[in-house]
Amino acid sequence: MSDQVNSPDPATPETKAAKAGPDQADDRGRPAYGLGQAFRDTILEGRTVTITVLAFITAFVIGGLLNAFTNTTVLHAWGNFFSAPGHAIAAAWDTAVGAYVEMFEGSIVNPHTVAALFQQASIGAAIHDGYLAAVFNPLSETCVQATPLILAGLAVALPYRAGLFNIGAQSQFIGGIIVATFLGYGVSLPPFVHVVVCVIGGFVGGAAIGWIVGELKARTGAHEVITTIMANYIMQYFLAYLLSFGYLMQAPHTTDEITAAIAGNAHLPHLFGPSLRINAGFLIALACAAGLWWLLTRTTTGFEFRSIGRNPSAARVAGINVERNWVLVMLLAGGLAGLSGAAVVQGTDFTLNFQSYGTYGIDAITVALLGFGRPLGVVLAGLLFGAMKAGAPLMQAATGTPVDMVQVLEAVIVLFVAAPLLIRAMFRLRAARGGGVGGVMSRGWNA
Amino acid sequence: MTATEDLRPVDLDLAAKPPSSTFRRWLAPVTFAVFGLVNIFVLGTYSHHGDATFAFSQPFAKVSVPNLTLPAAITCYVCGAITLVIAVLRSFLPFGQVQKRAAIAAVVFLFVVALLCWTDAGLSTSFNVVNLLQGTLAGSIPIMLGALTGVVCSRSGVINVGIEGQLLLGAFTAAIVASGTGSLLLGLLSGALAGSLVAVLLAVFAIGYRVDQVILGVVLNTLILGITGYLYDALMVPYANTLNSPATFSSIKIPLLGDIPIIGPVFFDSTIFLYLTYIALAGVQVGLFSTRWGLRTRAIGEHPIAADTVGINVIAMRYRNVIVAGLIAGIGGAYFTIGSVGSFNKDMSSGEGYIALAAMIFGRYTPFGAISAALLFGFASQLQSIMSTLNTPIQSNLLLMTPYIVTIIVLAGLVGKVRGPRSEGIPYIKA
Repeated sequence: MSDQVNSPDPATPETKAAKAGPDQADDRGRPAYGLGQAFRDTILEGRTVTITVLAFITAFVIGGLLNAFTNTTVLHAWGNFFSAPGHAIAAAWDTAVGAYVEMFEGSIVNPHTVAALFQQASIGAAIHDGYLAAVFNPLSETCVQATPLILAGLAVALPYRAGLFNIGAQSQFIGGIIVATFLGYGVSLPPFVHVVVCVIGGFVGGAAIGWIVGELKARTGAHEVITTIMANYIMQYFLAYLLSFGYLMQAPHTTDEITAAIAGNAHLPHLFGPSLRINAGFLIALACAAGLWWLLTRTTTGFEFRSIGRNPSAARVAGINVERNWVLVMLLAGGLAGLSGAAVVQGTDFTLNFQSYGTYGIDAITVALLGFGRPLGVVLAGLLFGAMKAGAPLMQAATGTPVDMVQVLEAVIVLFVAAPLLIRAMFRLRAARGGGVGGVMSRGWNA
Repeated sequence: MTATEDLRPVDLDLAAKPPSSTFRRWLAPVTFAVFGLVNIFVLGTYSHHGDATFAFSQPFAKVSVPNLTLPAAITCYVCGAITLVIAVLRSFLPFGQVQKRAAIAAVVFLFVVALLCWTDAGLSTSFNVVNLLQGTLAGSIPIMLGALTGVVCSRSGVINVGIEGQLLLGAFTAAIVASGTGSLLLGLLSGALAGSLVAVLLAVFAIGYRVDQVILGVVLNTLILGITGYLYDALMVPYANTLNSPATFSSIKIPLLGDIPIIGPVFFDSTIFLYLTYIALAGVQVGLFSTRWGLRTRAIGEHPIAADTVGINVIAMRYRNVIVAGLIAGIGGAYFTIGSVGSFNKDMSSGEGYIALAAMIFGRYTPFGAISAALLFGFASQLQSIMSTLNTPIQSNLLLMTPYIVTIIVLAGLVGKVRGPRSEGIPYIKA
């Protein structure tokens, strides 16, 4: 077996399973090598960072090509390729890059707002007139978009570490948002208390849905992939049902499927004044990520979660109650997705309509996969996808590139990250010494 | 490597051991009893006084069948009582596999009868059963074809969660080609090929690069959703007249068979898609269980090492099966556009690929089982759309929810544990 562990063959799933990350690379028994060598190896070998960066580059190239070859102006220019070849190539380049530039300006920083800031007479006046806020608005929007993505991403990442695949973040999100919204407009409480009550309500609402899925798996062996997909539809219709009757949750004096607005006391407080939308939800998301990291790496419960994720039969033999842990994992995951719902309704939307769940369920999966199921990775992946979501509307407005581009980029990035063997083959990387990117462990449907 | 491969089935058994419990034992009887009580106390008590009338023939049919009129409330009570009897029998008699399924079918049937009586009670219009069944069959075509694709892939040892993407790309491509070329047959063909294209991606990543197949399927679906949405905005909206206004296939009535009362209009008066579904069903059923190909396919899904030992090229066969099966789902996708609505819309398949996946598992990985399960989903949505036109007091969202709840209950052990092919989802690494 030791032969196998040290063999450069990245193919064996067992090897991958045993070494899910580069931090566990086993270099003992090899001659020590210098910093330069280590640096070169890091680049040339298929390690996590290299693979992820290359996956990004590949995805953005593919997205750029897609953009350049579907844009009507560019297609027209290609039609005149033989008379003006330079023009066609320039038009394709401008379209592809222009879209990314707009996305960047909408999500990180827009140079025009920075220039405008520096043209102001005094810093006091600049703040007063909102020029400073304008500079930070893209970053604030990125954080706002990232908040529910991080929380929902954690809701997929935690079960993933425990060997469960939670496709039902959407159902748990809906469960959470229903309870949070109801508490938001249905009761009246003092300022701070109301926020806390709603957030806890969101957690409980999501956890209830997750708990049912976990309980079903533990008691009957019903596969969580199917039960969570079914739960998504059930909760979707349940939400529509609640919103279609005045005596349930529909707002009074309307025929729209929408609830009344939640009370001002239940709004999550803004972090940097009312002109930037960034709110305490972002802090909740970061706190949850930190808490999850602590749970997974520093507690017995977390150890049990990871054990059943690695090898449920070994965990069972070691005396771990696998079924009980499945229930607990799904309950916590559901709670996290529920918090995501609470963050949306209390942070930005303030009302609940029949489409409030958006695409968070699917986005959560891509975020969790890109983050390799680790809390820090989920935060980074959530910020990245949040930035793309924040920049997309500006991109569409300025260049006419449809916002669906973001979804294409997300999927391609995750596809390549999940297929390290492919990236290695494409860029002719060596197999990592003793591990490298483990890739995604393939489990059967029956496990 | 071979040694570790051999260990796996044992691992799976330990991991998947369902703890037998009183929960499972009482699940079926209790569920049945709930249905019986609903029949009596909800549908029976709250139905309007009067009769429910059911029509069994469409206008202008050559042979007309007389309408059936039932007293609504009493029918509900009778249905409920029979359901309760079944529940009691189920809890105390040792039911075999066949009886268990028959019991479920009977309970569902009685519930539907009671529901229809309740819906139509006291209304002047009669409830046309033939329309309901015809719509069910047509509306379930994408789910049925998707589920058949799933069956072939699973039996070959590859989990296909990407059915949704195959349907969606099939719908998109069929619309754009049929509209651009003006040929419906070309549209159908290209739709099928589009389904196969997604299958190529699935096969390359799952079989070649050994990506986790459930994750891969979800990611592929996201990718296709993004790409079709993107192209819809970028190409189909600005050039709607040339790229997104395909014609649709019209119904073909099969001579003689199509004139049989009830059965004729339901089974033999539909678009080419339904007939293709029959062919696909027969093909997969016969292929899987009566041919050498089927035996080999099931072998590489159950125990690829054994199959390899006797000289079957596992990898090549998996590639081939997954890619060819993609054609079936592609046709199912084409139905969305050139089979029913015509023009393409964003996220047109709206999750039916996932339902097809559930139907496949629900149907225990058999072609006929998968088709029956697909029809159950199609029936519920068709029932809902007819009921909404009848202006009944039923809440359509609650009705739409039922097939999903039923699926969960069934998976939770109403028919015993559903066991897939043993090596499903595990990439084969040639030793």
